[in-house]
Amino acid sequence: MNVKKINELFSKELKVINMGLDSFSDNLRKEEVKVLQMGWKPPAGGDKKLISLLEKLGH
Amino acid sequence: MKKILVRKNAYYDSVFLMLATKVLKQRPGIREAVVAMGTEVNLALLKEIGLLSGEAESAMPNDLIIAMEAETGDAAEEGCRTAEEILKKKSHGGGEGEYRPVSLEGALSICPEANLVVISVPGLYAAREARKALNRGLHVMIFSDHVPVEEEVELKEMALQRGLLMMGPDCGTAILNGKPLCFANVVRRGPIGLVAASGSGLQEVCCCIDRMGGGISQAIGTGGRDLQDLRVGGRMTLMGIEALKQDPATRVIVVLSKPPAEEVAAAVLSKLKETGKPCVAHFLGRKPSGDLGSIWFSGNMEEAAATAVALSKGEQYQRKRSSLLEAEMEKAADHEVKHMTPEQRYVRGIFSGGTLATEAMALFEEEGFGILSNVRKEPGRVLQSPHRSEGHAIVDMGDDVFTLGRPHPMIDSSLREERIAVEAADPETALVLLDVVLGYGAHEDPCGALAESLSRAKAQVAGRGGYLSVIASITGTEKDFQNKAEQKKKLEAAGCLVMPSNHQASLLAVHVMRRLGSRAHSGLSR
Repeated sequence: MNVKKINELFSKELKVINMGLDSFSDNLRKEEVKVLQMGWKPPAGGDKKLISLLEKLGH
Repeated sequence: MKKILVRKNAYYDSVFLMLATKVLKQRPGIREAVVAMGTEVNLALLKEIGLLSGEAESAMPNDLIIAMEAETGDAAEEGCRTAEEILKKKSHGGGEGEYRPVSLEGALSICPEANLVVISVPGLYAAREARKALNRGLHVMIFSDHVPVEEEVELKEMALQRGLLMMGPDCGTAILNGKPLCFANVVRRGPIGLVAASGSGLQEVCCCIDRMGGGISQAIGTGGRDLQDLRVGGRMTLMGIEALKQDPATRVIVVLSKPPAEEVAAAVLSKLKETGKPCVAHFLGRKPSGDLGSIWFSGNMEEAAATAVALSKGEQYQRKRSSLLEAEMEKAADHEVKHMTPEQRYVRGIFSGGTLATEAMALFEEEGFGILSNVRKEPGRVLQSPHRSEGHAIVDMGDDVFTLGRPHPMIDSSLREERIAVEAADPETALVLLDVVLGYGAHEDPCGALAESLSRAKAQVAGRGGYLSVIASITGTEKDFQNKAEQKKKLEAAGCLVMPSNHQASLLAVHVMRRLGSRAHSGLSR
């Protein structure tokens, strides 16, 4: 079982991309974690057919 | 007077929407209000309550709907103004000018050094986003629930092949490199590493370790299904243990889970043995069956913490049988039952943390009390209605049945405040048992909010000539922004007994109920 990358993470500074609840970013900033908040929205406006098509196209 | 507004292409997260709904509902003259995205589930909900018409009928998941029913036209107008203000405040609060990429590719072009993606988007989309992150070599934590188990297996298999962390889905808590993620507490750093398939359980053990002077190296969450579902087969737990084995900063390893599947438990124990480090295993609701070489089994979460702290100092934990604490509990129990009426005979647990509720239930059952609950499946132990207690009952108010469209009780205490009033109105309620979880993600002043309701409840019962006993524990630390010591004072000022751990609170509650004697024991056959 290769866990080298996990152990590397343990010795690095955490740098987080937060996708979803804004409050999680706010809290991480209070702990001086570098965090980038995404402006996530449901893909294809939430249209299930379009999403499945996008999946097939590899997006 | 109904008023329904639609904002096309304006996406807001669920916590914000639920809090906005709450603010709107509290406005004078507003009978019903919903602020939600136009998902299928939400459209059905709006239709059911008669608040779906016009443009809202064709809304998409990206469209915001503000729907309300007001007593007058003026109240409706005022409600709309309030909604506008909340939305405006939100867009300003989010940091104007701060660019928020909509795609992971965009995010990585701004922050190429990112190493962890935290995902809390609706469950329907979470796996899709996690797959992208893993493919780009990023570690992932999925907070979202309602992700199908097949997708969980696929994601964890991908993570295994790539040597990456895949915490979750439904992973509420983790502490990596001393940084609390999602719902987590600020704890001291130290040599104890944890892997847990339970959010509130992980918080409780970490906080107990901190209180006992120990410290945490890493606390890895796996999501509840990791050990319980054979299909997931403990993939992330085993990987987490391996990573802690190889981590020089971790000297003791703790594994925490609700009762795992037998085969998975065996694999976990064999993996722990292989680490060569002292280990503590706590499988909730399962009594310790003796220690196994370098693996110590604990009977409750506080004991798991105490064992780990002792081992981290090179000592052995001594299980205490009878102690001064027991004598103090007897004394406190005597005092609590003194002014109860003969009718008062049942314990009512109102919990926000699932694992904390499970721990309390397990202890009561061990002591011979039959507990009914909304989260139990055993015949004869299921509450007929989760909304109404009968007999001895412990309710997990974080369960989906309560939280659909409403904020989790750790974020907003109003659900539990309502339930406290319901229990106080029942003349058979003798004792209310509570957990309070502090830390990031949680309410800013949970004890302040609960104390008011508890004071009212106690006064109501006293008005009937009885006495309502309230026993609580607080999962948190003095370093949490709510400050545990300050929170404790608020509960104590309302006449509650606050114990240092969920186990001790449950134990004291057992002592009180025992004092009430045989009249309470026939609870289930009522």
